[in-house]
Amino acid sequence: MSKHDDKKEVETTGHSWDGIEEYNNPLPRWWVWVFYATIVWGIGYTIAYPAWPGLRSATAGILGFSTRAQVQEQIDAVDAANAAMVSELESVDLATLADHPELNGFAENMGAAVFRANCVQCHGSGAAGAKGYPNLLDDDWIWGGRIEEIAFTVTNGIRNEQSMDTRGYGGVMPSFDGVLSHEEITNVASYVQLLAGEATDEAAAAEGEDIFLDNCASCHGEEGQGSLATTREFEDPEYATASDEMTGAPRLNDKVWLYGGDLATLEETILNGRGGVMPAWLEDYRPASGLTQAEVNAVAAYVHQLGGGQ
Amino acid sequence: MSAPAPQDQLYAAREPVFPRRVKGKFRNLKWVIMLITLGIYYLAPWIRWDRGPELPDQAILVDLAHRRFFFFWIEIWPHEFYFVAGLLIMAGLGLFLFTSAMGRVWCGYTCPQTVWTDLFILVERWVEGDRNARVRLWKSKWDARKLRLRLTKWAAWVVIALATGGAWVFYFTDAPTLAVDLVTGQAHPIAYTTMLILTATTFFFGGIAREQVCIYACPWPRIQAAMMDEDTLTIGYRDWRGEPRGKLKKAEPGVQQGDCIDCMACVNVCPMGIDIRNGQQMECITCGLCIDACDDVMAKIGKPRGLIDYLALNDEPRERAGAQPRPVWKHIFRPRTILYTALWSIVGFGLVFALFIRPDIEMTVSPIRNPTFITLSDGTIRNVYDVRLRNKHGSQELFGLALNSETDLELSVEGVDGSLVLVPADSMEIIRVYVQAGPDSTAATTDRTDFTFWVTDLSTNERASVDTIFNGKETN
Repeated sequence: MSKHDDKKEVETTGHSWDGIEEYNNPLPRWWVWVFYATIVWGIGYTIAYPAWPGLRSATAGILGFSTRAQVQEQIDAVDAANAAMVSELESVDLATLADHPELNGFAENMGAAVFRANCVQCHGSGAAGAKGYPNLLDDDWIWGGRIEEIAFTVTNGIRNEQSMDTRGYGGVMPSFDGVLSHEEITNVASYVQLLAGEATDEAAAAEGEDIFLDNCASCHGEEGQGSLATTREFEDPEYATASDEMTGAPRLNDKVWLYGGDLATLEETILNGRGGVMPAWLEDYRPASGLTQAEVNAVAAYVHQLGGGQ
Repeated sequence: MSAPAPQDQLYAAREPVFPRRVKGKFRNLKWVIMLITLGIYYLAPWIRWDRGPELPDQAILVDLAHRRFFFFWIEIWPHEFYFVAGLLIMAGLGLFLFTSAMGRVWCGYTCPQTVWTDLFILVERWVEGDRNARVRLWKSKWDARKLRLRLTKWAAWVVIALATGGAWVFYFTDAPTLAVDLVTGQAHPIAYTTMLILTATTFFFGGIAREQVCIYACPWPRIQAAMMDEDTLTIGYRDWRGEPRGKLKKAEPGVQQGDCIDCMACVNVCPMGIDIRNGQQMECITCGLCIDACDDVMAKIGKPRGLIDYLALNDEPRERAGAQPRPVWKHIFRPRTILYTALWSIVGFGLVFALFIRPDIEMTVSPIRNPTFITLSDGTIRNVYDVRLRNKHGSQELFGLALNSETDLELSVEGVDGSLVLVPADSMEIIRVYVQAGPDSTAATTDRTDFTFWVTDLSTNERASVDTIFNGKETN
């Protein structure tokens, strides 16, 4: 290779800076050919693959490749791989799910994904809930904590207008504004705190007992045990038809509060009433954004194993 | 300005190197090292080591699929990668030590590039003959004989290269199974691809590129230069003894004659194609073959050995002044090398110690802080923990979980009655553990309570513990 640059004079570009000149050596031939090859390759590439931008979209390329199609292919491949499990999950008897470890594990993982996409907005990423949105980690269930009860709640929701079987159809917590005086509200709130075993003004609570029995016990029970104690429509078919009676009035004689157990919050609840709503999630009731039966079962399995499941 | 003169050219075409056969103690040492290093490389994956029915029985195995590294009785999990880091630190310190004491001894004797090139040159010599025959063959026109010799040589190289690539993949999966799969065409494409790449690189680096890899591609020689000092051993030519060089002839009065008879033996055997008599050179890998060649010649002409020898930089002024050659060990044992040895040993002992105190069961605890605590209906406060139990035994083990006894906390495990968990052999089980403090108990009403998880392997009684925190409901 040293043959090329023997003794003959090399031209300069004619540029001169402070007496320093620039040689005008030709580019190495291999380099030039590689350069031409990349141009040819580049033209071929823009013909084969999406390349030139138009107003609305780019040229498609004769190979028909697109990254979206590639993603869709990958999603389809995963769906196909999961199809057998998903169809099994769709028709499984949830009460016996725990007997199938593999399906159960699949359901919990799938349910976790469904939960993160659909439920965390209200119930929180850790399922700890928020004011008015129940904590799903504890053992206090308004609508039942067995897996099939959870699935029923997810399917039909609470106090919505989508599902005929929606929970809490029987009523909401009414407003006692104008029914009870402000002092009466304070007294009954104090009594509710007493029922829950919390520190309170005992004199006011004593005043509140009769008010509670007259106004609240019909739904919340004489001892504040709630009207939901058991919603056993799965054991008693008769009960399902009578689900009108299920008002979803929470148990008051425990340490778990849906809206808060301090006096001010209790007064607010009694004064203004409450009526929590949850959408019906099964796709039959909300075609565009609902969950499939398999997804409902999966999310029920996930919620059931968070620590409070019964 | 004028054009550069021809000698100003920076580019130089490769001068082919045809090392001559040589015999001697350094050559023998190189043969032994080649036998040992290649032997280990090719045979190690085939050594079996019984670890019980659930674990692979290959003594050295990098099990990427299951994220395990097996080395005889040692098994490294991914979270114990610090052992590998420690080994790398030891390798680094070891290179410091050997470089400061003996210069490029790694390059000359143990570097894979050197070992495989040496092997390829050996094959070349067997097929095409020694130096003179190979030079003649190189200069001759292509004919049937040249083609036959070249094809034979290349075929032998390909076989060696293929075995090299093949041996590599055996380290990553069960060797006998893979060998059958490779032959029957059922092995994973990655195995074939890896073999193909390694075959090509071995052939190219060992057969074609050879010394150019050391001179142009390898960064290590440049780094080494920074670690050498005037006591570091390099290959040197005692020009104060050898010069003026010239043909061996009867001593004539008044004519100075050095010991070097200019026989070119040192140049002809050099795998790097240099003349060591020009002094220390970047290309020299200190393989010692020129020492063997020169010693042989010195013996024949009845002069003492060591005209070319392992020398340090500070030997020259001393010997020029008339001192006797210093023994090699005086160059090797000095404060610097002793310090490197000490550091190397500390890391080594530390690793061995860590290896021996390493438990066979381990536990890590991640408190779930979303939410920090859960109030149950009766006022019980619950904290949730993700607990990872690692069973490094070759058999499934029953692990018992407990809390330290000083607390009033209670423990339960999701999905399990009681607190016993079965962990399969050589695997990790993630369980969710609930820790509860009764209503109005101290822990339930205190912001934070320290406690300890204990896990016991019920069959071996090994125990492990983790300190963590219980968050209660702070009441004012």
